[in-house]
Parts: sequence; C-alpha cells; structure tokens
Amino acid sequence: MNDKLLHIQNPVLSIIDLSISYGEDKYAVKDVSADVKKNAITAIMGPSGCGKSTLLRAINRMHELYPNIHTKGEIKLNDQSIYDMSTTKLRRKIGMVFQRPNPFPTMSIYENVIAGYDLNGSKLKKSEKDEIVESSLTDVGLLEEVKDSLNKKGNFLSGGQQQRLCIARTLAFKPDVILMDEPTSALDPLSTAKIEDLLVELKEHYSIILVTHNMSQAARISDNAMFMYLGELVEYDKTKKMFTNPKDSRTEGYLTGKFG
Amino acid sequence: MVSEKVIKNLLKASSVIILLIFAGMAYSMIKGAIPAFKEFGVFGFIFSTDWNPTDGKESYGAMPFIAGTVITSLLALIICFPLAFSTSLFISEYYRKTRIASVLSTLVDLLAGVPSIVYGLWGFYTIRPLIAELGYSGQGYGIFTSGLILAIMIIPYATSISNEIISMVPTELKEAAYSLGATRMEVIFSVIIPGARSGLVAGYILALGRALGETMAVTMLIGNANIIPTGLFSPGNTMASVIANQFGEADGLKLSSLIAIGLLLFAVTAIVNAIGKVIIRKYA
Amino acid sequence: MERKAIIDENDNSNWRELKNKLFFGTVVVLSTLTISPIILIIYELLVKGLKQINFDFFFKVAPDTLQAMTAVRNGEIIPGGIANGITGTLLMVVVASVIAIPISLIIGIFLYENQGKRYANLIRSLTDILQGVPSVVLGLIAYIWIVKGVTKGFSALAGSVALAIMMLPLIIRSTEETMKMIPISIKEAGAALGVPYHKIILKVMIPSGFSGLMTGILLSISRILGETAPLMLTTLGSTTINFDITKPTSAVPLQIWEFYNNPNMIDLVWSSSLFLMAFVLTLNIIAKRISMKFS
Repeated sequence: MNDKLLHIQNPVLSIIDLSISYGEDKYAVKDVSADVKKNAITAIMGPSGCGKSTLLRAINRMHELYPNIHTKGEIKLNDQSIYDMSTTKLRRKIGMVFQRPNPFPTMSIYENVIAGYDLNGSKLKKSEKDEIVESSLTDVGLLEEVKDSLNKKGNFLSGGQQQRLCIARTLAFKPDVILMDEPTSALDPLSTAKIEDLLVELKEHYSIILVTHNMSQAARISDNAMFMYLGELVEYDKTKKMFTNPKDSRTEGYLTGKFG
Repeated sequence: MVSEKVIKNLLKASSVIILLIFAGMAYSMIKGAIPAFKEFGVFGFIFSTDWNPTDGKESYGAMPFIAGTVITSLLALIICFPLAFSTSLFISEYYRKTRIASVLSTLVDLLAGVPSIVYGLWGFYTIRPLIAELGYSGQGYGIFTSGLILAIMIIPYATSISNEIISMVPTELKEAAYSLGATRMEVIFSVIIPGARSGLVAGYILALGRALGETMAVTMLIGNANIIPTGLFSPGNTMASVIANQFGEADGLKLSSLIAIGLLLFAVTAIVNAIGKVIIRKYA
Repeated sequence: MERKAIIDENDNSNWRELKNKLFFGTVVVLSTLTISPIILIIYELLVKGLKQINFDFFFKVAPDTLQAMTAVRNGEIIPGGIANGITGTLLMVVVASVIAIPISLIIGIFLYENQGKRYANLIRSLTDILQGVPSVVLGLIAYIWIVKGVTKGFSALAGSVALAIMMLPLIIRSTEETMKMIPISIKEAGAALGVPYHKIILKVMIPSGFSGLMTGILLSISRILGETAPLMLTTLGSTTINFDITKPTSAVPLQIWEFYNNPNMIDLVWSSSLFLMAFVLTLNIIAKRISMKFS
C-alpha cells in the first residue's frame, strides 16, 4: 500500500492510522494514513459511501458531536496532535464549509461573516470587526455585491453567493486548513465555476482539503488527490499523475467510469 | 340513494352548532351580567375593589380578582419558564432521541394528567405547610403558593410546544456553529433559540392562557380574600377562584356580578389563546 | 491578503468551557426538579391512600360525619366508600359522551372535508377558542342554561352538559387529524368502486381511522373525569346513589372536595384521589397504546 501513497515534506496535516466506526464494528474508514501538503488543494474522491466525508469530518473532530461514532488513530496539525487542544481552539485553525450553504438565517450578512468571533466571545473593536468583514468578503469576491446590504439578512442571496458567504465566514479566522465537503454539489454550473476559481486563488494562503464526488472538479483544480474505496485509502498521488496513470486497478476503474 | 350534496349540507349544518354554542354563551353571559353592569356601570364594575354582600349595601367589583389573576398567572409563567425551558433542552437537544429523554417526556406528560383538585390537595398538604414554616405567610396561603403550583401545572403545555420547535432547528445550522468553535451552550443561544424564538413565545403564551383559567388548585391555596394582593405572600382571589368560592348560594346582584366576572375571564382567555395560536400558525 | 491572528492565544476558551459545563448542569438539575412533583404526588397518594381502599370503597356510599369521627378516634378505617361518587361520575360521563361524541365526530369530518375553506377555518378557530375556555366558565353557562333554564335546580344533566362542551373541541380536533392521516388512496379506492359518499365515510374512512378516533375519545373522557369546578356549579353533590339526571348527583372529584372540607374525612381524601388518578392514568395509557398501534 505504501508505494501508492504520496510522501510530503513538512505537511500541514498528518493523518496516521485513522479508523472510524459507527457503533462497535461498522467501519466507515479503515487505517487511513496520509500527509497533506501546505498551500495546496488536496481532493478526496470516491464513490458514494466510500468514507470520504467521514474522513473529512474527523479532521475538525465533528464526530465528537455524535456519541455512537468511534475514532482511532492520530491526526496532527503542524506536528501538534489535534486531540491536544480544545475543539474550540482547533476549529479556529481548521475551518469547514458544508455541502448546502448554511448562513445563519437570523443574522445579517455582516453578523454572519463575523459570527466565528462573536460566538467565541471575542471582544473586538468595531473597526477591527469592520476590517475582518471587509477583507473576508473581498477575498471571496462578494464585497462589491453586498456592500450596501451588509445589515440585511442573507436570504436574498443566490445559492452561490450564500456559499461564498459561508466561505467568508470561515476565512474570517484565517485558519490553517479549510475543509470543504462537496461545496458545489448543490450549486449551478456558473456558481460552481466561480467557486472553483476562488479556491485556486485561496490556496496561495490556505491549505484546502476538498471532498468531491465530481472527478472532473478534482482534475480541474486539485494538486493532489486521494482515492477512497469502501473506507480504505486506495491511492494518493499528484492529481495529474493519478488521472493519467493510476497505480491501482480500483482507481482506474473509478476514473474510467466502470463504477461510481 | 342519498345524494352527496345532502350529506355535505348535513355536515355543514352540524358545524353551525359551534356557532350556536358561542352565540349562546355570549348571549347568556351578557344577559346574566347586565344587572351588575347596570348597577355599577361597566367600567365602574371592572375597576371597583368592593366586594360587599351585605344586604342593602351590596357593592361588587372585579378589580381584586383581575389583579389576582394577572399576578398569579405571571408569577406562574416566571417560575415555569426556567423549568420548562431546561426540560425542553434536555429532551430535544442534549438527550435527543435517547431512552432517558422519552422517560422524561412521559413523566412530563403525566404532569398534565393530574386533576386540578389533586394538585390543590398536594399543594395544601405538602407545599403550604412548607411556606408557613419558612415564615413567609401565616398559614401558607397566598399568591406565591398558588403561583408555584400553577407553574407546575402549566409546564407540560409549555414543554410540548417548545420540544417540537427546538427539534425542528436544522442540524446543518448547528454544525456550522460548531465548526466555528462554539460550545454547546453557545450553539443553543446563538442558533437554536433565535431560530425557535416565535415558537417558544407562542408556547408560553398558550401556557399562560391555561394558567388564567385554572380554578381548583388556586381556590385551595390562595386564601380566599377579596382584596387586591398586597405582596408576594398575601392572600387574594382570582377571577376563577372567586366564582368557585362565592358561588354557594349566590343570587340576584351577587350572582350577576359573578357572571360578569365569568364573562371577563372568558374574554381574557379567548384573547390570549387566540394570540398564541396566531403566532404558531404564522411562524412555526 | 495579510495573515493576522486576531484571536489571542491567551483566550477565554477555558472560561467558555466552564460556562458550558455549568449550563448543562443547570439544565439537568432543573429538569429533575421539573419532574419531581409527579413522583412526589404519586408517592404520597400511594402511601396515604392505599390503606383506605377496600371492597366497601367501591360499593358503599360516603359515611356521615359522626361515623367518620368515631372511626378516626378509634384509629380505624373510615367505613363506607365513594360509591355515590363513582356512579355519579359514570352517569355524567355517559350522558356527556352521548351528547358530545356523535356531534363532534360529524363536525370533525366536516372540517376534514373542507380543508382550506374560509367558513371551515372559522369553525376550526372557534373550536380552538372553545378549548381554551376555563371549565369554571362552562360551569356557569351550564348553570344558566340547565339549572336555571331546564331542570330548575341542580342536576346531573347540567353537569353533563358542561362536561360535554369540554369534550367537543378535543374530539373534533382529534377526528379531523385522524381523518387527515388516512391515505387519500383509500378514499379514492372507495369512490372508484362507485360507493356513495356517505358510505365511504361510514364504511371506509371511519373504520380505517377507528383507533385514532378512539384515542381522541378516551383522552377527552380522561380530561373530564377530574374536573371539579364546573360540577360545583351544576350538580352540587349528593349523599346517595342517584341515577336521575334531573336531580343533583355526586361525582368523585366533588366527593374529594367534600372530604377535603371535612376534617374527619381526611383519609378518604387520599384514597379517592388515588382512585381518580389511577383511573385517569389508565385511560391515558390505554389511549397512548391504541394510538401507537395506529401509527
């Protein structure tokens, strides 16, 4: 197995022998080990039910919200175990964007962007808050479109705009890693393209892990790609290499559409 | 063969009974109250604090009972709120879909099944001596004692609605807040409560409506004093309890006054319940 | 884009975690407090009430004060029972059901058949308001209509009318909800077979929804069993067993009230309350079982 895995110098994230099960013995993720490159887009692909979302959600310890999910193994962020810090601290360093855009409906656009800080009880001056909101919205290319409606609630925004708002909300913390769980699967092709362009821009300053069921998306924008099947990490390589010359037959089967 | 139209008309005709009941209730109560209103004037009656059945000097007014009703019901709501809200959070958020939550839920439902008179008895034999012992009120009667029992009685009404509303808040919103580093309590206050706000308000309004009309438990604990309550532990009477207490051999002007109070009680509970239902229909 | 770490590393995470735990603790404590009354009440009823329950309890009428006083003085169980209350309650529940059930079923079906129409919505709203009317007010109404108007004196009929009005909204709403839960394909199947409208209702819909309807009826009965205030204004009470609806009658809650007011009968208070609660709870459990089988 090891020769099918990518070796990375100074990875931003290291996953070591990670196994995740529902209940006592239903394993969704089996013994996964991988290093994630800094300032790059790493895609996790695979057919439905292969465990890619489960793997992603372990990285910011979301599974701890659900008592019947058991996690074994280690994950390190910049050489520090994620279990050595509180989840509140961890989730400022590792942000998450979800499949369906979920801005908080009772908050205005401004409040949504700064929500992370407000929820964490930070006492920031108004000028500091303004700056964070402005720069986050600029980074996602939304500022021009909403700058006159910052105090309105976001329900008039289109799906793509709402998702960019959610990304801005995550960027406000300037996290080290951004986890994205199929962020464009609920969006139309135009919005999808906009967000894909955004991700390519963002990787200059952030490390992005992108779960996607759309292999062309992975091919378009990711630098490295993991292929998962039935809970195992089958292959992990530079994207171009994996797509042109997959090492495992299962990978090849998936990429050529034999199953999926 | 009986035609469909005939049946449909029969159904519609039967519904008229509801209209008739309402009209009949309004008519009978207004007619019964008129002697009192004529004697004391409508506003005179509502604001008067007299309650004097002596022959020749009869004078009645509703103010002490309106005050008693409002104070006990609000007190009940204030005491009920933290208890009912915690219980709802326990059942619908912290221990959602677990066995212990359904046990708790069943126990709360049982609270609604206890007859009013049994609450009155329990309050009388258990709570009242406690209050008396703590030195707050001579014999333990009064606004606080009845408000406390009232609070317990309305908890199931508040929780059943808030349980539903809280569990309807979408998981993805909660996960978004968690992913930003919020603690569970912060998720509750920043996402769940704002999202459930109108449903919660409606639930408590309906619980209030229930408290306003409660009779037996209050009658047994409030001390049957026809005065505006002077303090948290003073005795008093509510609109419902004065009707029960004074109905005895009421006749003539006294009976008419009691009917007038019944009319006021009817109006107040109808309005409060209508407001609660409107909020539920509109927002939840 | 500069990287600025605005969140201080010396932050308040620990304080927030502490608040979080304290809040959770408070929620648990208050929830336990909330259910403690029911446990305390049932416990007290059992401890104080069981001893007075015997064969006589169900079949003899309440003793008079002298008998009770003698028994208490001698440390004996008070003789007699609540037979007059039990029969009175039974009588009034039956009469109230006869009045309320048919009409409520019909109105419930009417509401079901007329979803969304303005007139039906009005009826539904009025029904909801009726549900919120305090029982003591309904007692006043029954007093005016029946005690003054029909029987010229306190009577079981007046009590039954008050109880019937209480049952109406409960059965109407539960009928409508039950009908709504029946899959529309069943109704359509009947229509497709050319079954006339009233037969579809009587022979198809009502049998399909039978358990739901039963649940609503049982719950409404359990609701009125414990009502005292309206009966105080309408049926007054009686020391004998009575089946004449034009005369005053006793009822279990009324007897509890009488015992409560009489210092010699205190023991009977607990046993009759225990009996009443056991009855109400049993009905509720049966109703829940039926409704669970249904869904």
